[in-house]
Amino acid sequence: MLLESLYSILPDLNKAFFETLYMVAISLGVSLIVGLPLGVILFVTDRGLLFENVWIKQTAGILVNLIRSVPFIILLVALLPLTQLITGTTIGPTAASVSLSVAAIPFFARLVETSLREIDKGVIEAAVAVGATPWMIIREVLLPEAKPGIVQAITVTAISLLGYSAMAGIVGGGGIGDFAIRFGYYRYDNTIMFTTVVLLIVIVQLMQVIGDGVARAVNKR
Amino acid sequence: MIEVRDVTKIYSAKGKDIVGVKNVSLKIEKGEIFGIVGYSGAGKSSLLRCLNLLEKPTSGEILIDGVSITKLSKKELREERLKIGMIFQHFYLISAKTVYENIAFALKAAGKKKDEINHKTLELLKMVGLENQKDQYPAQLSGGQKQRVGIARALANDPKVLLCDEATSALDPNTTKAILSLLQSINKELGITIVLITHEMEVVKEICHRMAVMQDGEIIETGDVYNLFAHPEKELTKSFISSVIQMNLPEPLLKGRKGVVIKIHFKGAIAEEAVVSELFQNFKVKGNILHGKIEYIQETPLGIFIMELIGEETEVKRAMDYIKDRIENLEVVKHVA
Repeated sequence: MLLESLYSILPDLNKAFFETLYMVAISLGVSLIVGLPLGVILFVTDRGLLFENVWIKQTAGILVNLIRSVPFIILLVALLPLTQLITGTTIGPTAASVSLSVAAIPFFARLVETSLREIDKGVIEAAVAVGATPWMIIREVLLPEAKPGIVQAITVTAISLLGYSAMAGIVGGGGIGDFAIRFGYYRYDNTIMFTTVVLLIVIVQLMQVIGDGVARAVNKR
Repeated sequence: MIEVRDVTKIYSAKGKDIVGVKNVSLKIEKGEIFGIVGYSGAGKSSLLRCLNLLEKPTSGEILIDGVSITKLSKKELREERLKIGMIFQHFYLISAKTVYENIAFALKAAGKKKDEINHKTLELLKMVGLENQKDQYPAQLSGGQKQRVGIARALANDPKVLLCDEATSALDPNTTKAILSLLQSINKELGITIVLITHEMEVVKEICHRMAVMQDGEIIETGDVYNLFAHPEKELTKSFISSVIQMNLPEPLLKGRKGVVIKIHFKGAIAEEAVVSELFQNFKVKGNILHGKIEYIQETPLGIFIMELIGEETEVKRAMDYIKDRIENLEVVKHVA
């Protein structure tokens, strides 16, 4: 009985799985590309650092906090005009990826900033004393030194995105979370609910294990 | 070589002004090893960091090889920094880079070409004796090895000046000795001017030619290391020197003495002469050496003896006059009871 019902949901579950993968991959990719530089900017414009600039620091900081304080479900709806502009549609996984990216960028940027902050200021100073250019310091000192922290940040962001993506159902994004809510929660189908939750647990565990492994491998401290 | 003109550095934190360096003027000659000593908070680190503008002086001017570095643009300053190496107490190596890459980083900063970087890095590794560790990460090295990497990195672009910020303070005594002798040979063989700050008088005694003593942001005494050891003027200088040459007799030992207890400083060549043995041959006094030490500072001996002279009063007096004729510094610690 259980097996039978499991078997029957398999095609839908499979589709949902790939939708989730698609949304998380796109938004993670975008948040890395935009969030990493943003995190670096937040760090290097701080007091006493390479590009000390109160104005940029404040503006970037406020922008990041602004986005982070809006509940994701509201962000998802509020960004529909932007989504329309970028993807030409407001429904489906691609459309949901826009809001997911917007939410993940500041989140990841703050994590990057935090891991940069953990670098001993003396190491940066030694590079300055050597006569290195700020650009060289960012590329060859800051990023390599923060690499284990940045890898952890990617892991945390990916897992958070997986969670957020459950809400993508609002705009017809699909995915595992949405599947669990629609079939499992609204229809009281415990089998589906249970299966999807287990699947999510497995995915999160897998992400964490891989993330930790990579972080350990790049940590030379 | 280095000229510091009336430099003051004031830090403002939480609305309060804290003076780090106060009206310091200093001249450091080419090819010398110059030591700045002081307790923590005396401003020696701030002063050193002003020399490559890691700290910007609030006022005053700093000239290195005739170039006023306080007036340079950002880009010019970066180029000037290539010629000023610096090493640190906590090494500050890039932990994600190998020993080789850490040294190559400095050469890359100077815009050197790839083969040149490779050639020079290997040469530097050989100089500091780390050829076999070139692919290791800093975390795998001992403190002394890390400092060697720091030295190699600092010397990568053939600097004229090497700044040492408490470079041996985190190392054990044996490693300290080895690092100091490396610094000394760098100074001798490459002719690099070295400025070091430390709170360990031992370091200054070991390798410095000239020194300055700092207190509350000011330089209170400066001069040739040997002369300062022989004639310290300020209380602080004396206390620093006594940390190396501890010459106090325990009170109970002093109490039990019957004769006159004197303290003699032998300076330079005279320390090697047999003043003491002549004394006993020429006068009818018995000597009893209570304490004695000869320190070699810059390869010049500085001897200090505390001894008791026993004999007839007139004979003792004559003996003391004899010493006074030959040695300028005779101090009577205890008269006849």
